[in-house]
This record gives sequence, structure tokens and C-alpha cells, in this order.
Amino acid sequence: MAWTRKILRVNLTQGSCVSEALNMAWAAQYLGQRGLASKYLVSEIDPQVDPLSPGNKIIYATGPLTGTMASTGGRYSVVTKGPLTGVIACSNSGGFFGAELKFAGWDMIIVEGRSPTPVYLHIENERATLVPADDLWGQTVWATEAALKKRHQDPLLRVSSIGRAGENQVLFAAIVNDLHRAAGRSGVGAVMGSKNLKAIAVRGTRGVGNIADPKAFMAAATAGKKVLAENAVTGQGLPTYGTQVLMNVINEMGALPTRNHRDVEFEGARKISAEAMHEKRASDGRTHLVTNQACFGCTIACGRISRIDETHFSVETRPEYWGASGGLEYEAAWALGSANGVDDLEALQFANLLCNEDGMDPISFGATVGAVMELYDLGILSKEEIGLETPFGSAEALCKLAEMTARGEGFGKVIGLGSKRLCAQYGKPELSMTVKGQEFPAYDGRALQGMGLAYATSNRGACHLRGYMVSSEVFGIPVKTDPRETAGKPEMLKAFQDATAVVDSSGLCVFTTFAWTMNDIQPQIQAACEGDWALDSLLQMGERIWNLERDFNLAAGITGKDDTLPPRLLNEPCKTGGSKGMVAEIGKMLPEYYSLRGWTADGVPTAATRSRLGL
Amino acid sequence: MQKSLHIDPGKCTGCLQCEMACSYEHTGVFNPARSLIKVFDFHHEGRKVPYTCTQCAEAWCLNACPVEAIRIDSGTGAKVVVDAVCVGCKVCTIACPFGTVNYNHDTGKVQKCDLCGGDPACATACPTSAITYIDADWTGLGRMRQWAQKTDSAARV
Repeated sequence: MAWTRKILRVNLTQGSCVSEALNMAWAAQYLGQRGLASKYLVSEIDPQVDPLSPGNKIIYATGPLTGTMASTGGRYSVVTKGPLTGVIACSNSGGFFGAELKFAGWDMIIVEGRSPTPVYLHIENERATLVPADDLWGQTVWATEAALKKRHQDPLLRVSSIGRAGENQVLFAAIVNDLHRAAGRSGVGAVMGSKNLKAIAVRGTRGVGNIADPKAFMAAATAGKKVLAENAVTGQGLPTYGTQVLMNVINEMGALPTRNHRDVEFEGARKISAEAMHEKRASDGRTHLVTNQACFGCTIACGRISRIDETHFSVETRPEYWGASGGLEYEAAWALGSANGVDDLEALQFANLLCNEDGMDPISFGATVGAVMELYDLGILSKEEIGLETPFGSAEALCKLAEMTARGEGFGKVIGLGSKRLCAQYGKPELSMTVKGQEFPAYDGRALQGMGLAYATSNRGACHLRGYMVSSEVFGIPVKTDPRETAGKPEMLKAFQDATAVVDSSGLCVFTTFAWTMNDIQPQIQAACEGDWALDSLLQMGERIWNLERDFNLAAGITGKDDTLPPRLLNEPCKTGGSKGMVAEIGKMLPEYYSLRGWTADGVPTAATRSRLGL
Repeated sequence: MQKSLHIDPGKCTGCLQCEMACSYEHTGVFNPARSLIKVFDFHHEGRKVPYTCTQCAEAWCLNACPVEAIRIDSGTGAKVVVDAVCVGCKVCTIACPFGTVNYNHDTGKVQKCDLCGGDPACATACPTSAITYIDADWTGLGRMRQWAQKTDSAARV
């Protein structure tokens, strides 16, 4: 079965924690995690609800393979209506919290209402309690985890919490577990903050034992691990260099968005790359990177553990930041660095530490700072307004703005609104590098045509993880396609989006798909879960999930007109490099994409499509 | 050949595959809470260290047990808890200097590493060879070889 078949329903308004049976008919249609939690969310909330009101709900969901020996089987997702985007939010995190929740005997937690005062949820197997958290409110993620372990005399407690950014309802606040793994995007942390829910602390000792066919499962999981170990990306590239291996590669293609997407090549890219993290520093003779780190059950281990330069201006008087901690992944290094023209690796690490410590999405934060720097460059924002000088490339400004945003101080409050609202407030909405309110990640949608379409159509706003066309357009996985070409991209993107929805609903990490195809994943799901999980059923489920999310978003108020990119990407050609002269040609691809999806010309799923998918 | 578990913390990524494999081997459930090997994360040093019973030759636990519930597996040399005899008095948990024998409140017995009868599941599951099961008399062989290679300076010219 692999499911625990139990949901914990927490009503913060009433202060109640109730166990209920998992809807197994829905599990057969939506598997778990992203798919199943989305089904619960859309069935229970009004799509028009204010995301930060008590009427919104927030769901923490594991997948059937979470807490098993399948490689990377430790994921959980946070599903809610996102305050940054106004559409469905689904943020996926690794670390150890998800598996612990499963070991405690819960497939998911549904949190509703709003507590009158700050609380945290303490779970010890079947026992769930809401506990006052007045003393934790105002504390960072890191301090909260330490305090809870001490209070419960339990060093093995796993904690998922918000920092001050979530409390202050920064619209891109993250939920952070295990110190530096995050359900990062779309502002899920602000929803937690709006509900006065500071943390969830879990200890599970029941384990996961109800595998449908244990022998077949162990064989499939072992075969899967062998594939990961023997693949160049998952076996060598990611453990050695992390996702940061991309920095130089993407820059050399002319696909690295730089200075709020004004440029597509960053002259400082090498200084903030994976290779730089491996080089000995002049100041102390140490390398920035200390070691790699795995999430629960992961045999890839792409995570970075880094040590900041103690002599750097950001920390020279703050020894509390000198120890090894979560290091730069590619997205964070890009958003804090290239997006702002900052090439100071130590400054990026400091800003990244603050994002982890106080729970902020480094992508949206960094990209919003990029917009601030452009507005400053244009003379629209002044030093007086911001409180400091913020030219492109200023490491000092980056570090200061990170602190101000996390703490909700001064101009940090405006940054906390995200780039869309900030640019609109200063009369330049076109300078916001967002789709559906969410900031772009680290690939230029002009240089990689397929990624441009992926951004425009993603169900949670601009995102690389809903259909990672980079895989084909850069790495040739599963087949190499020309990044300049639009032909064939809609069909490939649809296949990527549907397959990714399956992976995100299983408990596995999407990074496995550098090496695994659905043919490696399907036997693991089939062996673990009772029921029919043949390849065709799984892929149709992926499509069902995609359309379920789309239906919710349409009901929430978006239209096909929102499936677009900022004018800069549509009209301003890339200036240099391999992508010189290119713009994002969404118009060439979108009609075909809609048609392949079985949607009308306005982007609405037809009755026939809904019926085919059982919606 | 007598074999023993050999741990190289420098290779550990902290994935906990060993803890799942151990609990699955002994209980049929993926459950790190019931693992007999534990991985410790010294976060601010960037170090992860798997730790379990080293099967002492003169075993404190075995000597302390008042009912002779801890016996030597003649095949592997492992000090093994005989559940049918153990009374759950926990004296062995006090005697063990390393903390690697612990009480299990579900069974009312103590539990410790038994080397899985000679095919330790943790070593098989470890993706980076941080845990290996090798000749007990030559656990230092790999490290010796590394240093030996550096010592022969003439060959490097």
C-alpha cells in the first residue's frame, strides 16, 4: 500500500487535531503528495479565497514512496493557494521532515483556519498537539528548531517552520525544514504566518512497512540506484559540483539572465560558479565548499555544505555565521548573483544563509532585488527612498536588503511584496521579470525557446521545475533539441509537465530524471502501491493533475492572457552570445500547446478533455 | 576470515540508506527509529558519521549481562542478544562505553548490531562505501595503501 491511509486535520480556529481516513479512491487517481494534496485543496477551498485569510488551507503531503528505500524517497510538498501568484502553490522540499511525518503514521496534514495566537504543531506518532508558540514568534528558523529540540528533550525531532519572513508575510516567504531545505516558492511561508502557525515538529517511530510487494520493491529500488550511480550527471556531476555545475554552462550559451534580464551573459559567472566553490581562498587557504550532503534516502547527494570566509565584510563581526551550513545551489547563486550583477561569492553565501535562516525564497528575493537595482539605475528609485545606494553589482546592497526584507524593516517591506507589485508601485510594471506574479528562475526564456513556453504555461507562475526543458535543450536528455527552435517544443513540454507531475506525486525527487525515465520510476511505484500503476495510467494521471491545477487557476481568475512573458522577453532581443538576436516566440507555440492539451483557443480545458481525464 | 564493519566518515553523505536497510532487515519496516546503526550530523563542521557496535573482543555488554543473554556468534564473532533470554534489565546499556546497545520499549529487550549473520544490510545499502564489511585484521589496509603510495618518492620523479 505504501500509504499510511491517515490524514491529520488541524483546525487552528478551533484548536483541534483530528485523524481521518485517506480517501483511497482519490489516491488511486492522484497517487500522493502534489497530485493528491491538490485534489484535496481544490475540493475544499473557494478558488477566489484571499490566500492570506483563514479561508485558505495549507496541506503538507508526503508521497507513497516517501520514507522508503527508493533513492530520494524523502520528499514532501506544501500545497495551498499562493499569495505571490494568486494561483495554486505547490512547493516541494527534501531534507528529513517528510519521511519523519510518514514514520509518524501520516500521509498528510491539512491545516485550516487561523489561530488567535501563535502556535506550533507537535506530532509524536498518533498524538498531535497544538502548543502555544508566543516565545518562538520573532525567532528565526534555526533558533526555532534548536528551541523545540531542547524543549521536548528530543534531538531526533524533525522541524519544518517559518522564520521572520513568514511571520511578516513576505509574499515569497518559504517554509524551511532541517535548517536549509525549503518548500521555497510562491510564498507558502506567508500562508503559514497568516495562520499564526510557527512550526510543525515531528517524531515518528512507526516506520513505513506496508509495501505492497516488498521483494519486487527492493529489487526495483536497487535497480534504480544502480542507474543513478552509473549516470554521469547523477553519479558524478551533481555529487561533485551540485546544481551549480550549470553556472558556466548556461552562461556560455548566452542563457544566463543578468541584471534583471537586461543581459544574457554575466562577466562574473565564473567567480560564482561550482568551480569557484572548489578553489582555495586567498584569505584563509580553505575552499568555500566543505562537503556534499544528501537528503533523506538520496543516493545522489547534490546538496552543498559551505563555509563562509570569516574575513568577509558580511560576517567579520558575526561568528555565529562562521560554521559550515547550507551552501549555494545554482538557482540561489544565480538569483542573488547574476540577476543583480553581483560576483562576490561570499556575499551570495551570506544572503543565502539569511534566506535559510529566516525562510525566504532566494529566487524571488534575488530577482526582486534585480528589479530594485534597475529602478535605481533608471533614477526611479532613490537612495533616500531605499535607505542605501543599490547599483547593479553591489554586494553590500544585496546583503543589507536581505536583512531588511527578512526582518520587515524599512524598504525591505516593499521588497517583500515581490517584483510584480514593487514594479507596479513605481509605475514600471514591464520591468518585473515574472509570470503570474512569480519571478523567473535561472534560464533565459529567449535563449531557450522551450523554457520560455514552460514559464508561460507553468501552473504556479514562472518555474523551472514544472517542465524542465533545459534537460533536452542543453543536456540532450532524453533527446537533444535545438534551443533556438520552436517546432516540436509544445509536444515535448506537455510530456515533461505530465511526467513531472507524476514524480512530484510519488515522494521521489525530480532530479532523478537526469538519469531515470518513467521506465525506471514506474516499477518502484507499482511494487510499493496496490492498484494499477501501469505506465499509461501514470502518465494519464500526470495529465489529470495538470488539468486539475489549471481548472483551479482559471476559477481563481487567470485566463489564457496570463500565459505569457514580460515584454522584455517578447520584444528585446538578447544582446550577446549564442542567443544574440533572439526573443521568446511564445505566439508560435502556444496555440499548438493548447491544442495538444485539449484546451480551447483561450486555454480552457474542453468538456471532452475533462471527461477523458475523469475530472 | 573474520570480518568487521569498517566506517569511513569522510565518504558519508548522511542519506540514511543504512538506517533504513538495518531496520528493514531486522523488522521488515523502513524505520530509522529502530535502526541499530545511527548517522550523526555534525552540521557546523560539515561532517556526517555513521556509528554502531564495533563488536569488542572483550565485550562489556556480554560480561555485564546477569542472565547470559548476549552470546558470541561463532560464524561472525558478533555479540548477539538472545531475545528469549534477555530480561530487559538494561545493565548492558550502562556497561557499554560506546552507547551502541540500547533498550527497545516495544519488545522489552535490548538490541544491538548482530552483523546480520554475516551479510550486513547497512554495508550493502551504503551508496558511497562509507560502510564496508572487510577483513577484521586489516581494516587499515586501504589507508596504509594511500600513504604507502605517497611514501615512495623515487617513483614519482
